[in-house]
Amino acid sequence: MIVFDKPKSLSDKPMHYCPGCTHGIVHRLVGEAIDSLGIQGKTIGVAPVGCAVLVYEYFNFDFVQAAHGRAPAVATGIKRANPDNIVFTYQGDGDLASIGTAEIVHAAARNENITVVFINNAIFGMTGGQMAPTSLPGQITQTSPYGRDVKACGYPVRVSEMLSTLDGAGYIERVSVTSVKYIKQAAAAIKKAFEYQKEGKGFSLIEVISTCPTNWGLSPSDALKWAEENMLPYYPLGVYKDRNN
Amino acid sequence: MAVTNYLLAGFGGQGVLFAGKFLANLGLIEGKYVSWLPSYGPEMRGGTCNCSVVVSDEPVGSPVVSAPDVLMVLNLPSLDKFENTVRAGGTIYMDTSFIERKPVRKDVKVVALKAAKEASENGMLGLANMILLGKLLADTAQTSINKALEESISAKRTDMLALNLKALAKGKSL
Amino acid sequence: MKKVLMKGNEAVAEAAIMAGCRHYFGYPITPQNEIGAYMSARMPKIGGVFLQAESEISAINMVYGAAGAGKRVMTSSSSPGISLKTEGISYLCGADLPCVIVNIQRGGPGLGTIQPSQADYFQCVKGGGHGDYKTIVFAPSSVQEMADLAVEGFSAAEKYRMPVMILSDGTLGQMMEPVALKYPAPKLPTSDWAATGTQGKRKPNVINSLFLLCEQLESAVVSRFERYKTVVQNETRVEEYQTEDADICIVAFGISARVGRGAVNLARAQGLKVGLIRPITLWPFPSSTIEKAAQKVKAFLTVECSMGQMVEDVRLATAGKKPVHFFGKAGGTIPSPEQVLAEIIKIGGVK
Repeated sequence: MIVFDKPKSLSDKPMHYCPGCTHGIVHRLVGEAIDSLGIQGKTIGVAPVGCAVLVYEYFNFDFVQAAHGRAPAVATGIKRANPDNIVFTYQGDGDLASIGTAEIVHAAARNENITVVFINNAIFGMTGGQMAPTSLPGQITQTSPYGRDVKACGYPVRVSEMLSTLDGAGYIERVSVTSVKYIKQAAAAIKKAFEYQKEGKGFSLIEVISTCPTNWGLSPSDALKWAEENMLPYYPLGVYKDRNN
Repeated sequence: MAVTNYLLAGFGGQGVLFAGKFLANLGLIEGKYVSWLPSYGPEMRGGTCNCSVVVSDEPVGSPVVSAPDVLMVLNLPSLDKFENTVRAGGTIYMDTSFIERKPVRKDVKVVALKAAKEASENGMLGLANMILLGKLLADTAQTSINKALEESISAKRTDMLALNLKALAKGKSL
Repeated sequence: MKKVLMKGNEAVAEAAIMAGCRHYFGYPITPQNEIGAYMSARMPKIGGVFLQAESEISAINMVYGAAGAGKRVMTSSSSPGISLKTEGISYLCGADLPCVIVNIQRGGPGLGTIQPSQADYFQCVKGGGHGDYKTIVFAPSSVQEMADLAVEGFSAAEKYRMPVMILSDGTLGQMMEPVALKYPAPKLPTSDWAATGTQGKRKPNVINSLFLLCEQLESAVVSRFERYKTVVQNETRVEEYQTEDADICIVAFGISARVGRGAVNLARAQGLKVGLIRPITLWPFPSSTIEKAAQKVKAFLTVECSMGQMVEDVRLATAGKKPVHFFGKAGGTIPSPEQVLAEIIKIGGVK
């Protein structure tokens, strides 16, 4: 009897992510959600630019690679072309909250019937740990070596709160993958977001508080601790918008 | 080869672009090569506006009319701007309801009508353009004029057909 | 077939619809707004998609998405907007996606003017975006041709899996001319490479321009350039007017070619042997036609609504065999046939 198996939606390709990176967990949660909803054959993923740039290698369904920040626009084109497809973007905080703010805001404002999985780990990962729009005040990064100075760099962008002010946005929840308890909540939220799209209810976004041990300069376990102690107070978990309720 | 270059100018809203479109349709119906080119941009928003119309026996080269054979002006700024561009021997059709000065040029023919005044006195407010065109097209076959007008008036505004015909006839009679 | 007066902007939009295009994404910019307005009125009535994007960048990326999903898709803009779209154009080329992009050029650089220009030649013909790529560039010179080339643009885009640019300008977009729009019923593409969902029946399709290994990218680029060779062979288009006995040959495209044609007529009326070569495709450029003409004519005169861009390709094609002169107007102005004639006389076209 099989008690534990890899989701069918995930490919066999070994992931390239750093030790302790939480991308792998989120990939799995997405794969589980798609498997459980039986939508693998009609799902199209849209890949970002960032550490998840190769995400299309790790899933077993069609993918379209987007330019940096443009995934919501690309997803809009795909969804409008074939509305029966399930279309989701997978984007990090540099991609979505920095260069791609216009695209994400307007996809949400249009209530575009797509799902967005948004990885917030408060840093640019792939390029080597630069300050992100989501980096915390005082956070040391490659481009804020003395700590993020809010006088010079402003304050972090809280994407879920910001987008939830839009009438167009349907379902927005912030979750975390820093503990088993949180991962279970994240799994439920991601599945709900895909269901939301499947039922034609419109725009859904799940913001996932994640870690970047490599660029934070922490061990994987310390990174989980750092995220819970520093990020969760600044980025409270919870449902920010649910048009159903 | 016969080619007539028209330049029509006035304030936005005086029907300059429509008058040009009508001329172009008329040329098309009469089997000519035609082009219609509007000035576009900020001047369309209530300022002066103009359009170039070329009616030719040969394929139209440049659609930009810089030396018109026929200049039709509905306001003073247009006369000031374009009087000097008219080809020697050409004709200026002008609405003297709003243009008090006479053209300076002596080498062009001038046809001056109080078109706007005629329009308002005869229940055709806003059709000074068509009154001037009526004069310009006095020798044109009525069947062509009727067809060109039908082509030029959008399906939503067919109620304007009769009034436009009336304005053309009025211009012809002046 | 009865001809009707249509603006270039409307004709290109209607022709796209007749070619089976049911997806249009755009952003307002003068002087091409009639295209978006036309699409917004027509698409909802025929089950198509019109979407006004939040920016030109988003619009071209929506095109990328819809093209990746295997649909016949179009966008349009004018010069400053095309600058913004160049990122997306590079990605479309990198991912081998077909689409039609209409550029109703206006004067630049910067905000420039809204008046007609041809100063985007370098940008559109030579690339504009990053990387080794080409786009097929059609240069219509009448309203009828704007429509015809839009229809052919979709076929060419799909045949070679690459974007096709309709490089027009404010004059052709805004002017009305008689057109007859009649095209065979479109054969819509069946794109087995598109991202449409595996339906559990095939391996995943990935639309992508990313390579981790330089050797892989090199081989992809080299094979793309092999395909470009067939484009050069099959798609190069050019029109010649009165070139048989010409001493001086004008080379001009689009609106400038119309001016050039007028100048040829004026010159011939004076007994000057002048002809016109009009490239209809700017890439592929009709170099061999110009090369052949260089064996006969005494000089070339390139006429453009710019400070001189295509003239460089004319010089390359003539390889120094004959003098290549240039006459242009910048900033949104158009030369007159009389000015071009004066230039012809200046460079030695006197009887």
